[in-house]
Amino acid sequence: MSTSDVTASGIRTLSYRDALNEALHEEMDRDPATFVIGEDVGRHGGVLQVTKGLRERFGPGRVRDTPISEAGIVGVGVGAALTGSRPIVEIMYIDFTLLAADQIVNQAAKARYMFGGKARVPLVIRTQGGAGRGNAAQHSQSLEAFYAHIPGLVVVQPSTPADAKGLLKSAIRDDNPTIFIEHKLLYNTNGPVPEGEHLVPLGEADVKRLGSDVTVIATSRQVVFALEAAQQLAAEGISVEVVDPRTIRPLDIDAIVLSVRKTGRVVVVNEAARTGGLTSEIAARIMDEAFWYLDAPVVRVAAADVPIPYSEALELEAIPGTADIVAGVRRVLTEEP
Amino acid sequence: MSLGRDRLVELLHQMWRIRYFEREVIRVYQRGLVRASTHTYVGEEAIAVGACAALRSDDWITSTHRGHGHIIARGAELEPMMAEILGRANGTCKGKGGSMHIADLELGILGANGIVGGSLGIAAGAAFTSQLLGDGRVTLAFFGDGGLHQGIFHESASLAGLWKLPVIFLCENNRFAEFTRAEIVLPIPFAQLHERARAYGLEGVSVDGNDVFAVHDVVAAARERAASGEGATLIVAHSYRLEGHNIGDPETYRTKEEVAEARANDPIPRFAARLIEEGVLDEDEAARIEQEERKRAAEAVQYAMSSPEPDLQELLSDVYV
Repeated sequence: MSTSDVTASGIRTLSYRDALNEALHEEMDRDPATFVIGEDVGRHGGVLQVTKGLRERFGPGRVRDTPISEAGIVGVGVGAALTGSRPIVEIMYIDFTLLAADQIVNQAAKARYMFGGKARVPLVIRTQGGAGRGNAAQHSQSLEAFYAHIPGLVVVQPSTPADAKGLLKSAIRDDNPTIFIEHKLLYNTNGPVPEGEHLVPLGEADVKRLGSDVTVIATSRQVVFALEAAQQLAAEGISVEVVDPRTIRPLDIDAIVLSVRKTGRVVVVNEAARTGGLTSEIAARIMDEAFWYLDAPVVRVAAADVPIPYSEALELEAIPGTADIVAGVRRVLTEEP
Repeated sequence: MSLGRDRLVELLHQMWRIRYFEREVIRVYQRGLVRASTHTYVGEEAIAVGACAALRSDDWITSTHRGHGHIIARGAELEPMMAEILGRANGTCKGKGGSMHIADLELGILGANGIVGGSLGIAAGAAFTSQLLGDGRVTLAFFGDGGLHQGIFHESASLAGLWKLPVIFLCENNRFAEFTRAEIVLPIPFAQLHERARAYGLEGVSVDGNDVFAVHDVVAAARERAASGEGATLIVAHSYRLEGHNIGDPETYRTKEEVAEARANDPIPRFAARLIEEGVLDEDEAARIEQEERKRAAEAVQYAMSSPEPDLQELLSDVYV
């Protein structure tokens, strides 16, 4: 690991990319039923270098380059998962998973239920989502709510290198089909990552910063912005708690309610277009389960309801950032009960 | 065909079993006991029976929305199948799947599939597992002429060719894609369909899908090829769908005369006649087999009718492991 910095405690600083790579190495080493297929994943090590070294280590049988063929790649994953393998397939951008939507939504997600509980689909679909790099409308979407809408799927979005490693290892061991969404602008971020057996349970939120005045619920790269916003607001004496659900489905509503009970004020942040997005769902769940603890209406900070534009100025305007979250917190604090 | 007398007799049993099962399905449907569109395999029995006879007991199959025949030929019991079609608790899938989603992994059945072509990728994936494990299993994917048009056929065939997966893609040309004559929407003649195999590095072969012996032989050869690592095969079996797309289809796209003509080539009497001609059985035995299977199908309806409705607690189970 080029970015590793081994310490005595077994916790090193790793990049998000290398943390994912380490998880893949460890799990493929642990379970011979795992394999990796996808575009460029073998000889090239993946367009994001997340699968680097796997082909050399585990051989060309278990790490295979595929044609540009998303439906076929996921279809093979579903069939292999049904028959005892633990496939880890890479779809380069989440936008391209739509080419495999039948395989994901109609096949993988439903096989167990349709077959009366007799099937298991231990499939992991690794993919990169999110905006911010000028990739424009077909390479920048945040489709987590789209997949979280489908019963049968697990949807995961790590925001830190440690979560990236721990969640990927858990997803690979889990017997349900999982959409594992990495963020394109987090691969180069660094953070402490435990060595070896580090598992983050699926469906468990993490409080990334403790606070008492406002709860900010954010996922993926927006967690980074939420923490920046919390830092800025702390200077003004505003105490912000940042909750990262980490798994979108199943959603850890208990952790969210716990924080809402403490602060009474909530800002929900998501990089996807606002309508029908994750902010809508989380706000509704808070209405269902924590309405009487609220001192103000839930504030939503989400992307504009537009395809992600190419121009840097327009893209920055479209997606939320630190300033938007700061503004959201100020807004929720000015509402009177 | 290298099958002994007992196996041949069993195959005739299977063909009548499928035929009478489907007749009972039509009856219960017409009595209003089936909730959704249901597709019968009448007329195509020789394909499922011939193909499954050439498979090893631990091989995998994938099926289609017209899947009852494949599943019966693979050895499934009629009672839970009929109960499933009636949405009952004792159904193969506890009443959660219905006609288009019957699966039995213990029998190697990776599911019927409500999406045309939907199981082709799954078949390639099952073959991938076998290739990784070296378990010698082969996967056979039944699909229709309609499925040939789907993108997933192209992608699955391409991956199967690239990796020499132990898979057989068995296309059943039943001459109709839902309510449209297959030739109207096919860019090439029926006789050339199997030639598509070459584009993917597969072996391609065409066969009379109403001839059990012929189907068995091409599938046996394809199985041998797949198991020995030589690669996948596309088989196009030409048959004729004697019933409509679904039960209740008014069949405005064909004449009664055309169907009557096709009935003259019904694969079951044809197979029975061949067995009689070759001295495998006599006419009385053949008639007895038919009656036995007629009775068995009727008993499956009795079983299904007396099967309870699912417990409402079942609604929320089986979504996740």
